[in-house]
Formats: sequence, C-alpha cells, structure tokens
Amino acid sequence: MVVKVYGPAYASPKRVIVCLIEKQIEFETVPVDLVKGENKNPEYLKLQPFGSLPVIQDGDFTLYESRAIIRYYAEKYKSQGTTDLLGRTIEERGLVEQWLEVEAHNFHPPIYQMTTQILFFAKRGLPADENLIKESEEKLGKVLDVYEERLSKSKYLAGDFFSLADLSHLPFTQYLVGPMEKEYMIRDRKHVSAWWDDISNRPSWKKVLELY
Amino acid sequence: MATPVKVYGPPLSTAVCRVVACLLEKDVEFQLISLNMAKGDHKKPDFLKIQPFGQVPAFQDEKISLLESRAICRYVCENYPEKGNKGLFGTNPLAKASIDQWLEAEGQSFNPPSSALVFQLALAPRMNIKQDEGVIKQNEEKLAKVLDVYEKRLGESRFLAGDEFSLADLSHLPNAHYLVNATDRGEILTSRDNVGRWWGEISNRDSWKKVVDMQKQQHSP
Repeated sequence: MVVKVYGPAYASPKRVIVCLIEKQIEFETVPVDLVKGENKNPEYLKLQPFGSLPVIQDGDFTLYESRAIIRYYAEKYKSQGTTDLLGRTIEERGLVEQWLEVEAHNFHPPIYQMTTQILFFAKRGLPADENLIKESEEKLGKVLDVYEERLSKSKYLAGDFFSLADLSHLPFTQYLVGPMEKEYMIRDRKHVSAWWDDISNRPSWKKVLELY
Repeated sequence: MATPVKVYGPPLSTAVCRVVACLLEKDVEFQLISLNMAKGDHKKPDFLKIQPFGQVPAFQDEKISLLESRAICRYVCENYPEKGNKGLFGTNPLAKASIDQWLEAEGQSFNPPSSALVFQLALAPRMNIKQDEGVIKQNEEKLAKVLDVYEKRLGESRFLAGDEFSLADLSHLPNAHYLVNATDRGEILTSRDNVGRWWGEISNRDSWKKVVDMQKQQHSP
C-alpha cells in the first residue's frame, strides 16, 4: 500500500514529499488544481474539510496538515532513511519541535503573504498590496536576523543535525530565492546563506524540484 | 520547594496560558515568572537570551530551554509520559497523529483569526488603540468558516482528535476563553450546537478553571 499525497504542484505538499523521500517511503501523487477550484470539490473536502493542501491517504488512514504528516512519518519510520529528523533524545526532539513551531508561526505567515501577493497576484497582473509586501518583507527580515544569529552557533536550526525543522523551510524559501526574486534576503546573511545552500542541495530536495 | 520547571510570561498572555494549562493537566510542578510586557520586560537583553524573538512564553527545566507554546506542550507531554493526564498527547501513533493534525489546524486556521479578534475587541480598547472595523469583519468571516468545519467534526466526535480530551482541544482554550468572556462576539462559538457543547466541556476542566483563577489573581491591565 503506497502513500497518496494530494497537490504536488504546490508548496505545502512538497514539505511532505521531501520528507517521504528522505525517509525512503514509497508514495504516489494526485494532482489538485487550485485555479480550477478542485480543492473545493465535495470529494476533496471529504478528505480535507478546510479545503487546504495537502492531505495524505495511507490505506484507510487519512491525515492533513503538512507539519502533522511529516511528524507522523518521521516517527513511524524512525529507523529508515535519514534517521535523526526528530533528533536522537527527548531534548533534541524538543528543539526540533521548537524550530518547527518557529517556522510555522514566525517564518511562514510573512513569507506566505509575500507568496500570495507576489506570485498569485502581481505576477498575474492582478493588483497586489504593495504595503503588505513591504511589511511582510520587513517582518521576514527580522525573523531571518534571529536565524542568522542561531545559525552562527549551530549548523542546523535544532543542533548539529538536519531535522524536520530545517526541512519545513524548503518549499517557501525556494519560492523566495526563485520566482519571488528575493534571493538577497538569504544571501545578505552569511550563515543563513550557507544553511540554505546545504539544505537545498540535499538529493531529496533536488529530486522534488526535478519531479514537481 | 524549588522546582527546576519555569515558565516566563504574564498569566494573561494566551500563549503562556496554553503552557500553564498543559503543565496543570500533566500535574507537573512549575514556577510562573511573570513579565511586565507594558514595561518591555520581554525586549530586555536578559530575556532575549532565552527568547530571541522577544515573545512569551519561554520555558526552562533542568535539561533544556524552549520557546513556542505548542512546542513546549509537546515536550512536556513527551518528557513526563507517566504523569497526570497520560492520554493528553495520545497513547498510540495514530491517536498522536490525529492530535497533531488538530494542533496544526488550531495553529494555522483557528489561531490567526481568533487572535486578531481578541486583539481588536478585548485588548485594543484597553491599550487605547483604535479598532479596525475592516479587520474585525474579515476575521469574523474567516473564523466563522473555520468553526463551520469544527461544528461538523464535533457532531461526529466528542473532542477534536477523538473520544478523549487532548492537547489539540487544550490549545484552543486561551483564545476561545477571551472571545467568550472578554468580547461581545462569544456567540460565534456558543451559538453553534456542537462547538458550544465542546466549549462547555473543555472550559470546565479543573486545569482550565485553575488557569482562569490565576488570571483573575493577576490584576487585569
């Protein structure tokens, strides 16, 4: 039985896909077209009642929220593939959880606003909120300053090991340095830059970019 | 008796309460070290050393220093599996996955609009900040859509993640409490049959009542 991941064209599902690749877990993908509103179809809403992406199906088991999905698989297949994604001790796990929450509540909101405004509005010739873009970029900059300090003392966010916390940053940061044309936000910060090079060059992420 | 477990932040902070409620459910002794955010305690160098984003809460025990309330709650459940409410974070992987799913739903879907409403309706007036009617309306609509999903779920399940009270339900307590008790928009929760029933159950837990007492003892701003 192979894990089905819905919505591979989009960022949050990629968070799940890169984790499954790191853990060497077989999966298949099911496309969901947001422009066509396929996430609002009754069949999709049965699986993910909020209409967000992704959702996974693993036999009879359904789970949504990408950060819940990656925690589940990293724990279930602890000894397979990349083994330290949740740390090796309770304390290391605590730090992974901390930086996963930092990503979810400090990093994600401003970068998500920027993604919506720049990629879904401005790039399609629809009116974007320039003030919101500016504010979000400032907020994100302040968060990245804290990351810069942290990464000057620690190779990865939770410690000396690549974890779910670093992994969680891959999809939207890829948008930032790529189509959003804001690579300077990463490059202007020496340690964030080195960290980004390290994590984005992992074979798992390169595979995701190649396939989806 | 000194305890190594310390929580830093004012008891009126929603995120601080989330951690305090969890520690009470797990029967873990702790010390609450309050901060005066109006005086900028959370932006002082000593505090920024343990919480570089200048937010509350921060948490320390004999092994570790942590930030982010939901991470702290998960750590407390993992570090003290045999204490207090043993099922708070599930007793098997599938139960835990469901709790994580609803914890994330709380963090990503419930928290943003409910926090915005709590700020606009309960806090801004006390801080002499002008309310933004546009922001209020927008977030009421967002929250209503989220609660429609909850209404359906809670018609099929006693608590969000299953039959037992969990960390996922607990995580909703602080913002929901403010909405119901400190604003005039509480009916967004209480007028929905299933959400109202669920709110009644979770807010009556002993742990939450103790948190509310703690808040009352701290003179409100």
